[in-house]
Amino acid sequence: MTEKSIKVENLSKKYIIGKHAQKGDGLRHVLQHAAAAPFRWASNGFRKDPKTYEEFWALKNLNFEVGVGEVVGIIGRNGAGKSTLLKLLSRITEQTEGRITLRGRMASLLEVGTGFHPELTGRENIYLNGAVLGMTRLEIKRKFDEIVDFAEVEKFLDTPVKRYSSGMYVRLAFAVAAHLEPEILVVDEVLAVGDIEFQKKCIGKMSDVAGCGRTVLFVSHNMAAVQRLCDRAIVLSNGEMIYDGTTNKAIDQYLADTRQTFAKPLIERTDRSGTGQVQVISMSLLNEQGNEITEVASGQRATVRVGYRCRDGKTINNAAVNVVFLREDRICSVLASGTVRHEPMMFAGEGYVDMIVEAWPFTEGLYQVDIYLESEECHDAINAAELHVVDGDYYGTGSIRPNQHWKDVGVLINHRCEPVSTTQKMLHSGS
Amino acid sequence: MSNSVINPAIKEIVLEPDKAQRQYWFDLWRYRELFYFLAWRDILVRYKQTVVGVAWAVIRPLLTMVILTVVFGQLAGMDSGGTPYPILVMCGMLPWQFFATAMSESGSSLVRNSSMVSKVYFPRLIVPASSVITSLVDFMISAVILVCVMIYYQFMPGWEVVFLPLFVAMAFLAAFGVGVWVSALMVRFRDFRFIVPFIVQFGLYISPVGFQSGVVPEQWRWIYSLNPMVGVIDGFRWAILGGEHKIFVPGMAISIVLVLFIVYSGIWFFRKTEKTFADII
Repeated sequence: MTEKSIKVENLSKKYIIGKHAQKGDGLRHVLQHAAAAPFRWASNGFRKDPKTYEEFWALKNLNFEVGVGEVVGIIGRNGAGKSTLLKLLSRITEQTEGRITLRGRMASLLEVGTGFHPELTGRENIYLNGAVLGMTRLEIKRKFDEIVDFAEVEKFLDTPVKRYSSGMYVRLAFAVAAHLEPEILVVDEVLAVGDIEFQKKCIGKMSDVAGCGRTVLFVSHNMAAVQRLCDRAIVLSNGEMIYDGTTNKAIDQYLADTRQTFAKPLIERTDRSGTGQVQVISMSLLNEQGNEITEVASGQRATVRVGYRCRDGKTINNAAVNVVFLREDRICSVLASGTVRHEPMMFAGEGYVDMIVEAWPFTEGLYQVDIYLESEECHDAINAAELHVVDGDYYGTGSIRPNQHWKDVGVLINHRCEPVSTTQKMLHSGS
Repeated sequence: MSNSVINPAIKEIVLEPDKAQRQYWFDLWRYRELFYFLAWRDILVRYKQTVVGVAWAVIRPLLTMVILTVVFGQLAGMDSGGTPYPILVMCGMLPWQFFATAMSESGSSLVRNSSMVSKVYFPRLIVPASSVITSLVDFMISAVILVCVMIYYQFMPGWEVVFLPLFVAMAFLAAFGVGVWVSALMVRFRDFRFIVPFIVQFGLYISPVGFQSGVVPEQWRWIYSLNPMVGVIDGFRWAILGGEHKIFVPGMAISIVLVLFIVYSGIWFFRKTEKTFADII
């Protein structure tokens, strides 16, 4: 039998959401609630208080084991429970049911820079951050030079970090976290932030860590990275584990889950985050004639129609709609009502908002569409759909893309090109 | 055996709901250095980018002393029991200002450090506790003023002064107890942001800071002692001024019991709500 480094048994986590949480969690509400209690009991015939809240299971009955030295990917759609699982594993919050057994120290690269204080110098912050992450003073002292070397900040050690460039700041923060030498390392979407150099460093460090017989949990939306780094992956969907096995099969499962989710009408979906007062109930893509389409061509005139519904037919003032397009987890562009309208919108009951794009500026590919509805007192966010963009005549010249082999370009820019020959001008002025 | 990299010294941690108790006190010990680092950070940061720096720890109590001496000693003409009024006021103000800053600092400490609370694990009790330490350093600095004022008036404390550390500890516990309560409550109810300054302002007048508690009629003394700071301040005066400023023993007992109760219940409440901090902060 090989040693296990993580063992998770019947793990579940419940959150209380709904009416109670939204009504305002403030003191006033609690006092009012308490003051009204006798009347409520009386009116209910002294029966137990009826439920004024809803339960939400972020994780349901999870069981898995990870062996020492394994690199395991955790994949799943937004709201599938990935971050809840990480929070439970790193002891930030406590599970409702079940048991976790961890062998050794756990650190996560999502905590990069936690506890940094802008007024303190680089040197002081190394000690502080190290302590926050659970290192002892001796350990930090021993690794101090190594950390400084890795971060390349020797010259600025006695400068407050608020004067650091953001690159220096991230480097220093990462250096401290990377030298923690945990038995279990968790990497959460770290590859989606920072510059390419930083990402390479992260991947390099992860491979080092795995090579030393330590356990790595890698959480990402980036399937290519998961495929590259992990031999095994766990797929979460709506708080449940739907697959645990080889990475390739896991990715297939994940994609199937995604298709299934998008096939469901938005109104029935629960994988959203928001206050509940307003919800995105539909999203559709329309062509110039107003007919629904499933894909859009570069340069095409198209409308994104976002349907909303306010709870109990109420009215919401100062509302805004943002439609965010992502490609491989990076934001390409945003359609934001706030940027193109002078006045905010008012939502009443049920309705829809049309976002009209004159010439679709994306290159061919698959994009994620996130929709955010928000006002001062409520919001709703959902990863609504996938958008297929096909090549089209964006420039009106018959040329499709700046370069046929240039697959990475995500956004097209309409432009003119005016050549001026200065040689000719000089000839004129000379005569 | 299976693998050479396995180190038998690696500890196994079992996480189960509502069973973290044993682990908790062990962790508190393991993270003791974080406790020290947080206090050190707050002390370092406190007077950064101020012109006079640490002098603020002296200026604030000094000015308050002058004002209270003028208002209570000169204008109201209250009895000082033979000691110079500035010394009487300083003896009340030192513990009071320590309590007030420590309580408000540790009360808001969790919310101020919310990014840490929602991103890493450590025993949360460290946060409010280290804030009290930070205020203790300010207290030590302000204590120098008292010494100066006493030298100026050529006032020599009696043998009772050996009990002073006891009352400092009592002030510390009172501030910690209330701070722990407030910090846990503030995570959920930000209303305490407004309640705390009110307590501090109000408390200055209902605690015997500008006057001695002897002015309170005898039959009300024990009710008056329900304010734990009454015991602390009386204790301070007795330890430093001695003689005239006798301790009202039943009152002192009430204060001590109350302080211990606040600390105990505070830790109990904190531990009970702690696991939800990251979810609601």
